[in-house]
Amino acid sequence: MVPLSWYLLLSAFLFASGVAGFLIRRNIITIFMSIELMLNGVNLAFIAFATVRHSLNGNVFVFFVMVVAAAEAAVGLAIIIAVYRTRETLNVDRVNLLKL
Amino acid sequence: MMPVATTFFFYFLSIIAVVSAIVVITRKSPVHSALALITTLLSLAGLYLMLYAPFVAAVQIVLYAGGIMVLFLFVIMLVNLEKAQLEERFNKQWQVALIAVLTLGALLIFIFEKGRSVFPQTVTNFPENTNTQVIGLLLYRDYLMPFELASLLLLVAIVGAVVMAKKRV
Repeated sequence: MVPLSWYLLLSAFLFASGVAGFLIRRNIITIFMSIELMLNGVNLAFIAFATVRHSLNGNVFVFFVMVVAAAEAAVGLAIIIAVYRTRETLNVDRVNLLKL
Repeated sequence: MMPVATTFFFYFLSIIAVVSAIVVITRKSPVHSALALITTLLSLAGLYLMLYAPFVAAVQIVLYAGGIMVLFLFVIMLVNLEKAQLEERFNKQWQVALIAVLTLGALLIFIFEKGRSVFPQTVTNFPENTNTQVIGLLLYRDYLMPFELASLLLLVAIVGAVVMAKKRV
């Protein structure tokens, strides 16, 4: 059987790669995908702990995290479209003014 | 019944997840990143199945790989990528990123080492045939208030997305 710490290490790796992608990338869509990576790393840790502790509360938490991720993706992608429409760029370094 | 959560499957799925996570943050084209992210999400769904959580695995495939990623690809189609690809891929914050990732990794490994005696070592067998039923009972009984708030959040997100993405009139 697989020890719990391996799942936790994998979830830590996913979270860390999400953080790295968030900090180093310039394309706003890829930055958004890095956020999804971080959320998934946290979800894996939730499920691993829920299974080990024989409690389904962790699964319910993951369900809520997914709901929030869906809402966040819808609003964030709408913001991306609005930004692209006004600025013609996806580079976050060029998006440094709130009002044009 | 023999447990399906063998070590081989864990290695297989986690190697896929790790490699495609690295591909997500390094590829130049957002389309390649999105496809790699779908691979990560599907392998995570497999890991959820190994952890006796079939409901979350199904929701992961339907919601993430089916819903959110389609939204991503749709937005990628809407924007002009050729101009974005000419620009530099990474910004100059890689030192900050390296420090952040190393600190985070050191912290997490420290916690694992400290908590090794607290956490149970193995993932034991767990009833999965009633998984969805019990989650449904939890959602509608113990977590009814957060459930309704989540529906309100989704409504706000729908309205907000439409308002922000529509053309100015």
